[in-house]
Amino acid sequence: MSKRVGIEVSIAIAEAVGLARAEVIPAYPITPQTHIVEHLSEMVANGELDAEFIPVESEHAAMSCCCGSSAAGARTFTSSSAQGLSLMSEILYIPSTMRLPMVMVVANRAMSAPISIWNDHQDIMVQRDIGWIQTFAENGQEAVDLTLHAFRVAEDRNVSLPFIVNIDGFTLSHVIEPIELPDQEDVDKFLPPFKPRYKLDPRRPITMGPVGIPEVYTEAKVAHDMAMRKAKRYILKAWDEFAEIFGRKYNPVESYRTEDAEILLVTMGSISETAMTAVDAMRDDGQKVGLLRIRLWRPFPSQEFRKAIGKAKVLAVVDRCLPPGAVCGPVGAEIRSLLYKIPGAPKIFSFVAGLGGRDVTVARFKEIVDKARQFAKKRPRELYEVIGVREK
Amino acid sequence: MIPEFEKFKGFKAKNLPKEELLSSGHRACQGCGEVLALRMVMKALGKDVIVCNATGCMEIITSPYPHTAWNVPWIHIAFENAAAVASGVESARRVLARKGKIPKKHVDILAVGGDGATGDIGLQWISGAFERGHDFLYVCLDNEAYMNTGVQRSGCTPYGAMTTTSPPGKKSFGQVTWKKNVPAIAVAHNIPYVATASPAYFLDLMNKVKKAALVKGPAYVHIYSPCPTGWGSAGERSVEIARLAVETKVFPLYEVIEGRYIISRKITKPKPVEEYLKTQRRFRHLDEEHIDYIQRRVDAEYEKLLRLAEMD
Amino acid sequence: MANSDAIVGWKTITFGCHILEPGNAANFRTGDWRSQRPVTDKEKCIKCGMCWVYCPDMAYSQDEEGYFVANMEYCKGCGICAHECPKDAITMVPEEG
Repeated sequence: MSKRVGIEVSIAIAEAVGLARAEVIPAYPITPQTHIVEHLSEMVANGELDAEFIPVESEHAAMSCCCGSSAAGARTFTSSSAQGLSLMSEILYIPSTMRLPMVMVVANRAMSAPISIWNDHQDIMVQRDIGWIQTFAENGQEAVDLTLHAFRVAEDRNVSLPFIVNIDGFTLSHVIEPIELPDQEDVDKFLPPFKPRYKLDPRRPITMGPVGIPEVYTEAKVAHDMAMRKAKRYILKAWDEFAEIFGRKYNPVESYRTEDAEILLVTMGSISETAMTAVDAMRDDGQKVGLLRIRLWRPFPSQEFRKAIGKAKVLAVVDRCLPPGAVCGPVGAEIRSLLYKIPGAPKIFSFVAGLGGRDVTVARFKEIVDKARQFAKKRPRELYEVIGVREK
Repeated sequence: MIPEFEKFKGFKAKNLPKEELLSSGHRACQGCGEVLALRMVMKALGKDVIVCNATGCMEIITSPYPHTAWNVPWIHIAFENAAAVASGVESARRVLARKGKIPKKHVDILAVGGDGATGDIGLQWISGAFERGHDFLYVCLDNEAYMNTGVQRSGCTPYGAMTTTSPPGKKSFGQVTWKKNVPAIAVAHNIPYVATASPAYFLDLMNKVKKAALVKGPAYVHIYSPCPTGWGSAGERSVEIARLAVETKVFPLYEVIEGRYIISRKITKPKPVEEYLKTQRRFRHLDEEHIDYIQRRVDAEYEKLLRLAEMD
Repeated sequence: MANSDAIVGWKTITFGCHILEPGNAANFRTGDWRSQRPVTDKEKCIKCGMCWVYCPDMAYSQDEEGYFVANMEYCKGCGICAHECPKDAITMVPEEG
């Protein structure tokens, strides 16, 4: 029987990785990812998990080890954050085009400078285009479930791509929540052993990672892009199977009180919980407000998102990332380009909030909705607005 | 003494393995001493091996898609991280063998890179893998500069050598630093086996590589690899130059087994370094004073090595 | 590097860009890089195999009589074999044309 326990989300994620029977875990410590890898290291030390924990000398080495491990045919997991994720950056592009499955939980954190260990999404937005499947968790249960789902999808022979599960640092990683930890038997049913299509094996030698001359490079990248697009089908299928076994159903885009809504907030990650509270409060005031939460960020669920908008007239997209000098935040830009010149498309306003661990409160969401309503009447001068910033 | 060495009788010129693990049709330059060294490394290891190659000449010339010169499993990820990729492969095979998912039969894990990938950009990754004690061997094919990008100086470029980023000029005589002693850095990790080798002494090279593979834990072999293109030497002289480097004490051959230095080939009647320097255009701007300095320093370095060997 | 084998589409390119056929570089002939070729004088040759040992292009192999013969499909004409031959049995001869 699965058990519902009060547990720190990081520990629960490590337990999920254990239930997934991960075989190689190269990891380097960085706040706020540490509790995940500490607990995994402990599980290996206690013989609860038959795996190799590699205490590497940097995140770059962690990701390099992951490439070697996955290519050799082992189920591979790592976890990182912010500066560490950026140190991996050079390597992150490689396993995806080489189709090496692995799972990484990113405890999202702000990028230096100034150095901040607290939560926002700048670290992962820098890595937006690495060609990994990416999901965002809202709460602890989802973090556990999405981690199991990630292994299932990444290693599916029709997909064979690396997978990042994003969890908000501290606001998710370090909180204690009631979480249902699944049964080993059920997890085994959901997640068959890793059988890669190709691996490094002297009995069948292959060459992995060759030189792509100009006649080849474009085709290699398009093949990767098509694999990402095709992956969506298997992502959805795995969520269906997950629901059958575990009774919890996930969708690429979640709608909250969107029926008849005129204004929709668009969020990713744990601030969505506060956003729901804000929606409830505004609904109580008679405002027709709803929430769209993006769970699947890459491949972007274009169809599902368009459908989820319904008849809304205004979208208020909240980014937890401020790219200096850009048109707007990356999620805002994504949605603007998705809906550009589509007849009847809503007006889209882009907001930046919750940088470097600053809370996005119910009041802030109300402010965002108010501003969006105002902007719909009178076009703002800027294409985005930073919420809750002091001027003096 | 290392128990794994007891059964190994050594390669003989008469019965060298015929099988080529690296095929013809690779794109190395004419007279490339590096690919020759790599060929010998692979002959010593045989086919039960997985190769993790750093970015560099050997990676480029053996793998332009859709052609591969490799007859063994091979992976290239990036420039600086071959030792970490090898760590991942080795760990994966350890757990998979334990779980009965792959045969228990031993497979050597080879990480291979040039002097830049080894002594400069990749030093941290190698240090990490050595310190963690993975069972693999790292081979550095040292052609003493960044050849793949057009002959820029590295930490392993010898004193006085001309490269495209250590050009001699009115205020410079070429590389101003002495060659970085990467084998000594490997030794400092207390790994069980470290050696230097040269393709001119092919049996010595192959025996060292085999020993590096046999030993449990990390091993390091630093191989001198002449580069006619980067050094401005004649292609047909690559093996001769490799031999001269040993005979002039410029590149001494030795092993360090469990910390003990053993000179493989004691040079009692050394040839003058000038004889070595004049085979290569990269040294031709050097005047007598610089050549004298190099001679004195080569002698001193060799003395240091002898003392290390005598201490046992 | 024009290479007609490399003309693949995104649907036909191998999975992960892996090369599945070991040692297929042998399909690529490097012999046309050569400006001179090694010629062995069998009178002088002692079949020691140093030409084979020191060939960076794996061009040499042993024939039925035990002589080492360079495959002109691959020999790049570097001349190491001639330079290293202990009996000076190998001469480098310029390619014609």
